[in-house]
Amino acid sequence: MPVSKEILDEIALSQAEYDMIVDRLDREPNSVELGMFGALWSEHCGYKHSRPLLRFFPSRSPRVLSQSGAENAGAVDIGDGLAVVFKVESHNHPSAVEPLQGAATGVGGIVRDILAMGARPIALLNSLRFGPPDSSHNRHLFQGVVEGISWYGNCIGVPDVAGEIYFDQSYSHNPLVNAMCVGLVSSDRLASAAAGRSGSVLLLVGADTGRDGIHGASGLASRTFEEEQELRPTVQVGNPFLEKVLIESCLEALETGFVTGIQDLGAAGLTSAAIESAYRGRRGIILDIAQVHRRESGMTGYEVMLSESQERMLLVTSPEHVADVRQVFDKWDVPCREIGHVIRDPQAHILDGDQGIAQLPIKHLTEAPRYRLKGQPSREQLERQQLNIKDISLPDPGVGDILLKLLASPNIASKRSVYRQYDHQVQTNTVAGPGGDAAVLRIKGTKKAVALTIDCNSRYCYLDPYRGGQIVVAEACRNLSCVGAEPLALTDCLNFGNPERPEIYYQLEWCVRGMARACRVLGVPVVSGNVSLYNESQGQAIYPTPIVGGLGLLEDVSQRTGSAFTEAGLTVFMLGQSNLQARSSDLAGSELQKEIYGMVSGRPAIDLALEQRVQVFCRRAIQQGIVASAHDCAEGGLAVALAESCIPNDVGFRAGRALSRLPSRWDCSYFGERQSRIVVSTRPEQAQQLRTLALEARVPLMELGSTGGSTFRLGGSADIPLTAIAEAWEGGLERALGGAAWTG
Amino acid sequence: MRFGILVFPGTWSDTDCYHQVKTVLGQEADYVWHRQKSLAGYDCLIVPGGFSYGDYLRAGALARFAPVMEALAGFAERGGTVVGICNGFQVLCEAGLLPGALMRNAHLEYRCQWTNLRTERTDTPFTSRCRPAQALRIPVSHGEGNYYADEATLNRLEDNGQVLFRYCDDAGQANEAANPNGSARNIAGILNDKGNVLGMMPHPERSCEPLLGSEDGNLIFLSLIDHLA
Repeated sequence: MPVSKEILDEIALSQAEYDMIVDRLDREPNSVELGMFGALWSEHCGYKHSRPLLRFFPSRSPRVLSQSGAENAGAVDIGDGLAVVFKVESHNHPSAVEPLQGAATGVGGIVRDILAMGARPIALLNSLRFGPPDSSHNRHLFQGVVEGISWYGNCIGVPDVAGEIYFDQSYSHNPLVNAMCVGLVSSDRLASAAAGRSGSVLLLVGADTGRDGIHGASGLASRTFEEEQELRPTVQVGNPFLEKVLIESCLEALETGFVTGIQDLGAAGLTSAAIESAYRGRRGIILDIAQVHRRESGMTGYEVMLSESQERMLLVTSPEHVADVRQVFDKWDVPCREIGHVIRDPQAHILDGDQGIAQLPIKHLTEAPRYRLKGQPSREQLERQQLNIKDISLPDPGVGDILLKLLASPNIASKRSVYRQYDHQVQTNTVAGPGGDAAVLRIKGTKKAVALTIDCNSRYCYLDPYRGGQIVVAEACRNLSCVGAEPLALTDCLNFGNPERPEIYYQLEWCVRGMARACRVLGVPVVSGNVSLYNESQGQAIYPTPIVGGLGLLEDVSQRTGSAFTEAGLTVFMLGQSNLQARSSDLAGSELQKEIYGMVSGRPAIDLALEQRVQVFCRRAIQQGIVASAHDCAEGGLAVALAESCIPNDVGFRAGRALSRLPSRWDCSYFGERQSRIVVSTRPEQAQQLRTLALEARVPLMELGSTGGSTFRLGGSADIPLTAIAEAWEGGLERALGGAAWTG
Repeated sequence: MRFGILVFPGTWSDTDCYHQVKTVLGQEADYVWHRQKSLAGYDCLIVPGGFSYGDYLRAGALARFAPVMEALAGFAERGGTVVGICNGFQVLCEAGLLPGALMRNAHLEYRCQWTNLRTERTDTPFTSRCRPAQALRIPVSHGEGNYYADEATLNRLEDNGQVLFRYCDDAGQANEAANPNGSARNIAGILNDKGNVLGMMPHPERSCEPLLGSEDGNLIFLSLIDHLA
């Protein structure tokens, strides 16, 4: 049967890949078999373009309990017999097509990845990117995505504790919705997704299987698309109530001790769940799809195998314990069907009643071709790196005007109007919720807490993928260090354009290399991740956006800090720099450059050795109790970081002597985004101790001033009432979205 | 004393309530499954927050038909103390154990935030540990917490002293700015006419330890423990 180009396009396989399949099987595949290949060889499931690069990441440390890629999420030992499991995953294309359901099912999917590790989901985070809010389409996407996350996350009782939102033209037709979930489990109860002994029974539990989401993995997630409306039927529809009872019933089933394997049905549905379980267990499977409970009649075998209906899990148990496991699902009124069993021979036999509809060797399906592409920076890439601040004259507006403008810019302004729509307190572990550098969740029954963050500055990656990649990792770890937590491990979601274009592959490769380098210097492994490629439309790719989720540990939850100044009379320091000298790299990719100068150019810089010293020092100072607050200098630079520290507790700032004279390049000194800097406050009697420790640790620092008063005073150049600062920052996002603020 | 904590499919504050009464306050506590028909042995029942049966129809609309609700109505009828929190408040209203209804928040958004609750009475089983007019710092987390009743019912509630908590600002003023959801007369929590059933939208179980930002929520349960001791 010669296959048509239309069919191959639908499942995103090339003619060469089709020929490879025929070669491996020594026959033509039938349509069900071809569909299974298409799904498993998609970028989303098979990582055919990205796997060679993912090897660059360090993936081990004494605390890492999982082998990278071997299970659904990474697991990290936090002591006391407990493990934290976490992963971030994209749901970009579905959210572009149908923002509410796309984002909602993104949350649902990542939660089931964590559930598949046997862990109770304890936190959600998300990272969102949209085009500028002045377009009604972008506002529609933004509102739909936020509503979807709120609707689904709130219903399942998992707190949404941290996130980030950025707006940029490059995301106009390709919004990014990355969801991260964190779970907690006893280390000795980590579950496996492997199929286990032959004769074991496969149970499909949860939602009925319908026609939704067919070709989600191959169609939506693994190629570019122009006509998003046409793809609407490929978006899945979520049922958060069923997800909630699925969480409870699966955890209760795992408690019985009779579940030997558990796997979620995500991209490529039953095909990937069953085949990957078999592959991990080095076994084969016999599936009878006639046993699959369905939402509608008349579904073909092809549709059942490739449906991406949500809220389904595959469990493995021994034949004698099926009744025990089933009893749990009966209690929760969750459908549970025996759909097949594990066999010794590593083959997949798919039956529909007594009729065979597919028979394939497991390894042919799981061993997707790997492509080692060659990257090449575009000419524009090299051109946009040119920047010298000497060529740019100082701006007309003064320090105060620029500060207020940056505070109100949607990328910097408070995201409270968004996160107050997410339940961030349920499960009563949230010690520090959204709005700080990192969230802090206490671990009940211990003195410990985990810190969580999610972060990426894609503008830096666009300007210089290698350095940008380093900065992404450094900044995620810095966020954790600012609350006093030691970074333990990272998860990442690589959002890029079409890797088959050399300039995109160049971005992908060098971002990964940069991230990997920072991971090694800072000593944090990457334990899980996801890749989302083909994020482009009309030939326009998104900025390279390697989102990083970070997990940190506080041995003692009482030894933590927040980013806000806590009282008047504190001395304020900047760690990481001892002067206000400016370099061109401070301006590169900054919010100042974009918002005030209307440019995105230059090369950001980072010194990873300095970064490491600053972070270690910050954590030590917090543990020793000599730091009252710590806040990362990020978008908007030093002045914005200071202002953000003033707002929450309504504590003013007065610049000291060192800032009495306006620096010659005050634009870059105050608003430039030089890395490795943290604004800390300390009680005056401890200031000397801080200086001494910094000297010993070879960490540059600079005294900036003191807290107090009701204004933000930066030398002679700005003296702004805190009310004006707070109004700019708190209302910025809603004003940009054109909505009236609800003053509740 | 022994607390029974109701669990419907979709309930999610059950474990938080359990943590508060059992671990923080050292009381006996059990989970009570929605199919259970006997509630013998309990001194107080908690109907916790969540999305019972998904609440796709209307918050609490299905939970009122759960087998356990008939037993709960009998328990309340005999004078047993009942606390409905968030979805629990919605369920109690749907079941007719409390007057009025919880509509969608006036701004149509879900809201998770800290609120201040002015304690309107201290001579009840739920508030004896509070100071008169004490503002309790307790968070809300809901999409349908906009309390509604007709004027006559609201007036009757006020006259009978059934309004127990009102959203207020830091200065104790129950004004519009302090109202997170558009509730009539800033009502956050009410009693039934016998005074043994409390329904409230805010989550006292979330303010049970200083680490979480407040322990004011304990006052409600400590009052109950005093009352039932």
